[in-house]
Amino acid sequence: MKTDLWYLYEHMLRSRLFEESVTQAWYDGRISGEMHLSTGEEAIVAGTVLQLQGGDAMALDHRGTSPLVMRGVDLVLLFREFLGHPEGLCAGKGGHMHLFSKEHLAASSGIVGASGPAAAGFALAARYLRPGNVALAFFGEGAMNQGMMLESMNLAVAWNLPVVFICKDSKWAITTVSASVTGGSLVERARSFGMPALEVDGADVENVQTVAHEALARARNRKGPTFLYAPCVHPEGHLLGDPLLRIARHPLKEMGKVAGPLLKSVTRAKGSSVTKRTGGIGAVTSLIGKTTKMNILPQKDPLKVVRKNLQREKSRLRKLEDKVSEEIRVAVTTAMLSSETIERKGDLS
Amino acid sequence: MRTMTFSGAIEDALATAMAEDKRVVIMGEDVQMLRVNLFTRFGKERVLAAPISESAFVGAAVAAAMAGLRPVVEVMLVDFIGVATDALLNHAAKIEAFSGGKWQVPMVVRTACGGGYGDGGQHEQSLWGWLAHIPGLTVVVPSTPADAGGLMLAAIEYESPVIYLEHKLLADYWLDYLGSGGRKTVKYDIPEPGAKGTVPDRWQPLPIGKAVIRRQGVDITMAGVGVGIYRALEAADILEKEGVAAEILDLRTISPLDTEALKESVSKTGRLLVVDEDYRDFGLSGELAARILEARIPVKYERVCTAKTIPYNRELEDQTLPNTKMIVEKARRLIGSYP
Repeated sequence: MKTDLWYLYEHMLRSRLFEESVTQAWYDGRISGEMHLSTGEEAIVAGTVLQLQGGDAMALDHRGTSPLVMRGVDLVLLFREFLGHPEGLCAGKGGHMHLFSKEHLAASSGIVGASGPAAAGFALAARYLRPGNVALAFFGEGAMNQGMMLESMNLAVAWNLPVVFICKDSKWAITTVSASVTGGSLVERARSFGMPALEVDGADVENVQTVAHEALARARNRKGPTFLYAPCVHPEGHLLGDPLLRIARHPLKEMGKVAGPLLKSVTRAKGSSVTKRTGGIGAVTSLIGKTTKMNILPQKDPLKVVRKNLQREKSRLRKLEDKVSEEIRVAVTTAMLSSETIERKGDLS
Repeated sequence: MRTMTFSGAIEDALATAMAEDKRVVIMGEDVQMLRVNLFTRFGKERVLAAPISESAFVGAAVAAAMAGLRPVVEVMLVDFIGVATDALLNHAAKIEAFSGGKWQVPMVVRTACGGGYGDGGQHEQSLWGWLAHIPGLTVVVPSTPADAGGLMLAAIEYESPVIYLEHKLLADYWLDYLGSGGRKTVKYDIPEPGAKGTVPDRWQPLPIGKAVIRRQGVDITMAGVGVGIYRALEAADILEKEGVAAEILDLRTISPLDTEALKESVSKTGRLLVVDEDYRDFGLSGELAARILEARIPVKYERVCTAKTIPYNRELEDQTLPNTKMIVEKARRLIGSYP
């Protein structure tokens, strides 16, 4: 196990800066549709993915960017894919929710919970064809209420499959507070399938790495699956332009759109009692309040946590950060330039 | 007459139904936000926020409907219905037949469909033909605010399961949620008269299984639903300048299909062009051809549909989904002779 913090930080920073460029391109309208960042998950991803070996597989959710960056997928190909470029990772046909890299055995899905069955299948193939190899499943706590995820956990235990289930708990299932639609403890739930279920601080990369090391060793040694539970924070909410965060950040501009119809709903005849209705407004306002508190926690930023330990060597740190920034700048510029050339040619068919 | 957005009309009709009938409940992911007005007005007992467990809550809606409720269960995007297919395919659709007609399942599955905003083929499918393929499921696809409200009311009152599909280019909040996210740097081809329009002062349920003619013509019948109607209307304007009078038939309901309206129009024009955003093969477009052939009506036939997986790239997406240019080209082929 490589515990070098400099190595971990470099990968986390690469992922973060790459996604900052993705964010800019999205706001500029260069990227269409939804955009779910893995920003905030870097410690969980670095602590697990950087320990993978050739032949290991990754079943990814709708936040596949960071795992692919850290697995070594070409940054230009990845960025081009987000731009819908014909020479992107998936020829511009997949986009950020449908990223596939056959050579890395990495497959993502925009369907919540789909990474469970996928990891089980990758693990099954590994057991026959690549003994000693494993499969990771990345998913959020929302997916823990999806039948296919729970069925996959049972399957992995029953068939003793080399899977590491990695549950990243952001406490939000889109704009629903997960606790309000979830019974019991997720760690206990996973443990009840008969596999080790370990909780780890998702902002602490060293901690994640240590726990993941054990889980991976178990899987490689034919001792079956493990469940890792790692709380994390998504500073941009569920997706870029998250409706709750928009209201929280620009209350005057965004709340106006909601407030009119909302007021009508409170005063209309027929419906619940007035107390229940104002309770309804309270529930909505409380959601907005929660989103502000739960999504913005800079002290828990996984990059800051690890960077604190590197600050003693200031010049080395600056050199590293400059190097990674430059690498991202070159990759993004290359991807953008090739995209513009294509646009001018108008050759997209 | 009042003016409403497409989504405003659905909400208004839903509010009417919920105020009049306590058995009507809404359930689904994020409904406390997506239906914030109804949530505030009717409370969390009647607008139930669900976990991401489609197979559980759609399955529960089936039995809740059997036991006396009138659930409007929301599956955010029709693509996600894959997770809950068993509840619809093997239960909702079968119970009335299996019970010898003695037990009905009066539920509505409300879900968003359609592409045109660059989200890729796991979030932009139509699937109405795929769902209508199953006996026992009723499938409606409104194209105007007035139809959106009227069909929602009809769906709630219907005694059998209804899949209610709202196109994201018509129901604006989806585009804001999944496409724009507050940014002003992206644009969509939104059919304005579909996104906002006049609605009745008092909602009345529209008949399910009844098509409507959106434009009269004698040379060619263009049949379709949803956004496809507006693409066809644009094409008809272009064709008119070439001396071609196109008739546009908005099916509104996929199943049960208004075969009589289709037969009547095609008997008159002798030409059928199906505009269908759903998949081309083994779906609605082929079904319309079959109905005409079964009726022994002589016809020249073409179709503009989605033939493959919808790509993420916006330009490629535009070339994949039915557009006005494709419709005009196919119509010209029909008006001339087959090459």
